[in-house]
Amino acid sequence: MAAATSNKQHRSPYSPALGLRLLLLTGLSILLQYVDHRDNHLDTIRKAIGAVIYPVRIVVDAPVSAWRWLNDATESRNELELENSRLQAERLLIQARLQRYAALEAENARLREMLEARARVHDRVRVAEILSVSANPFRHVLVIDKGTGDGVYEGQAIIDADGVVGQVIEAGVASSQCLLISDPGHDLPVEVNRNGLRTIARGTGDFNRLDLPFLPNNANIEPGDLLVTSGLGGAFPAGYPVVIVDTVTRIPQEPFAAVTATPAAALNQVREIMLIWSEPGTPLAGEDAANE
Amino acid sequence: MSNGRAARHTPIVISIVIALMLSMAPVPAWAEPFRPDWLTLTLIYWSISFPRSYSVGIAWTAGLVLDVAQGALLGQYALANSVIAYLTVKFHLQFRQFPVLQLMATVFALLALYRFILFWINGVAGIAAPTIAYWGPVISGTIVWPLISILLLGVRQRVGR
Repeated sequence: MAAATSNKQHRSPYSPALGLRLLLLTGLSILLQYVDHRDNHLDTIRKAIGAVIYPVRIVVDAPVSAWRWLNDATESRNELELENSRLQAERLLIQARLQRYAALEAENARLREMLEARARVHDRVRVAEILSVSANPFRHVLVIDKGTGDGVYEGQAIIDADGVVGQVIEAGVASSQCLLISDPGHDLPVEVNRNGLRTIARGTGDFNRLDLPFLPNNANIEPGDLLVTSGLGGAFPAGYPVVIVDTVTRIPQEPFAAVTATPAAALNQVREIMLIWSEPGTPLAGEDAANE
Repeated sequence: MSNGRAARHTPIVISIVIALMLSMAPVPAWAEPFRPDWLTLTLIYWSISFPRSYSVGIAWTAGLVLDVAQGALLGQYALANSVIAYLTVKFHLQFRQFPVLQLMATVFALLALYRFILFWINGVAGIAAPTIAYWGPVISGTIVWPLISILLLGVRQRVGR
């Protein structure tokens, strides 16, 4: 420290009370983390910082967007015509299916009425684009370009064309963060479409695999079974496809079978996702809360 | 020399912002486990060079921004970065004397500690246990350290001193 006084700064080489400052900041960090982990009282701080770094996100994402734009722009006329005809054929096919769907929906409503059950609410859907995916490979989080300004709320379910993708964990003003169903911290109440058997699908940290850890050895489940959301968690509307069972390993000395499943949605390929607005308290909403 | 303060700080702050952007930039999935901790490396460099101006405060603030960007527990990266900055500032006189290889070994140790603090916080908060690939950035960070110090030395020579 004696040498430092001869320094042209005339002061000690580092800030006064460095240790004290570290201690204060450590305390503050731990307090922040504790409060953040317990409950979400820190949304305002997150939103403020999130709004500041939103332009940075746009800049960071710019090369990727520019590349995609360039690809789109330089696609030849021929390719466009081909794609057009392909899309028209596809549209026709889908329309045909939709007609059947309308008939089925009407029939379903009739049957439900007969059962004196409430008709299932119509879910409102809106498309959002993915801005970026989490840089941390052990947290499956992605950022989308819709926020509270578009009516997004925390806990909202998101899907793609094939199935459930995840849920919103943090709604900013113009962008939101979503947790994927494959995140190791994500549990989702599901049921087997074939027989209504209820269980929980848990993320593994692998985009192509989810585990069903709570199925007993004698459970009626087979490879190829489709699992859909049961709606029992309250967060997700019921009836959306989640995973398809891959393998069922029954281990005699263990209480639960080891069941793995593949997500129906293409979790690491999606570019556009859909946000669902469903009425709170769907017919099946029970008190089992999903531990997200 | 009159507006030397602003002239000196702006390029450094820009380098920190660029480090943050690199931490957020999309890269292919296979490269993800080897993305170096750019922000921490940059902060280590500036803490060695200007320990009075760039120490725990800046590290904490930049870490908090990274927390929000990564969707991590608020304060996690902030805590880890400020601890690393503290150690760096504390021993900056020794670090300045180190030859490149010895400094790389030091950076390796600092990055390992940084990752360990994050790992430990995740463990306490009950966020899934990571795999071996979690420690990839420690190695890639050590490898890119000479590159970073050359780049930032250029910045440092331009801002004077």
